[in-house]
Amino acid sequence: MGRFRANSSSSGTPKISTASLPDIVFMLLFFFMIATTMKEVDFKVGVTMPEATELQKLEKKTLVRNIYVGKPLATFRAQYGTEPRIQLDDAFAEINQIENYVVSERSAMPEHEQDLLTICLKVDKDTKMGIVTDIKQALRRAYALKLNYAATQRANENL
Amino acid sequence: MGKVKREVPELNSSSTADIAFLLLVFFLMTTSMAVNKGLARRLPPPVPAEQKTEDLKVKERNVFVVLINSNDQLLVQGEYTDVAELKEKAKEFIKNEDNAENLPEKEVIEVDYFGNVSVTKNHVISLQNDRGTSYSAYIEVQNELVAAYNELRNDLAKAKFAKTYDELQEDQQKAIQKIYPQKISEAEPKNYGGKK
Repeated sequence: MGRFRANSSSSGTPKISTASLPDIVFMLLFFFMIATTMKEVDFKVGVTMPEATELQKLEKKTLVRNIYVGKPLATFRAQYGTEPRIQLDDAFAEINQIENYVVSERSAMPEHEQDLLTICLKVDKDTKMGIVTDIKQALRRAYALKLNYAATQRANENL
Repeated sequence: MGKVKREVPELNSSSTADIAFLLLVFFLMTTSMAVNKGLARRLPPPVPAEQKTEDLKVKERNVFVVLINSNDQLLVQGEYTDVAELKEKAKEFIKNEDNAENLPEKEVIEVDYFGNVSVTKNHVISLQNDRGTSYSAYIEVQNELVAAYNELRNDLAKAKFAKTYDELQEDQQKAIQKIYPQKISEAEPKNYGGKK
């Protein structure tokens, strides 16, 4: 009894072992490494996707090219106005640039994958169809016929 | 002499945590969990400029016309319709269970697993929108039409194979696709609602 007290008073607060801390952190690290997808681009337009139920997953990222359509973000309003605009990669674009963009993206792909090129249209839900129709026509001219309208899953109210 | 005790010197691992944290923070920052999902569609190939637009002769009973105007209102087969009813109407049209006169004609074809089945092989769902239609309305209509097909296929899969359509093998899915082929056609764009 006496010995116990003497011991605790001399050594102060005991140290917590941090030996397992790396293991815990590594576990978290691996989880995020697997779940991660790098941000594709810097958004210059605001896109709130519409909701739908019958969605299909886009399988291979390397086969997909994105086209964003939406109102320019607040910082670009002064220059580009508030009408919906197209964004290709990191820059604003016009309709007539789409064809070239698709052709150059496709030629950069390996030959056996060129037919599988899918265009993912990420369009803000308040956009009018006019601009979307123009894009679709441009894509048809560029023979990029595989299309995907990006949408978010709607919770099924029937269940 | 006592026996020599050899101990492996311990590695100082106190900095592993720091390294791991650094990596963790990096991946935390760059991560975005959202998976790319969407409605898959196929566009028709472009029409050559010289080619005269031939009016393809499609019997009227085989066409299911869906129009969306610039106020996002729906006109289905000449009737004003709510989006909620669209799916049922489309299903009725595609299926034509009673072989009705005004619904698409049926043709008997041979399908694996099913034998001879009469299907509405030549039906077309024609979707036309205005330049002023909002994108969300357009996606909703597309979604309902796809849902109509998916439900029909699922029903058939359950009746025949007692599985959902997604669980079937590829050739079974192909057979069902043959019975309910997805035919959504989008008209060449026109500008109805005036300049926008």
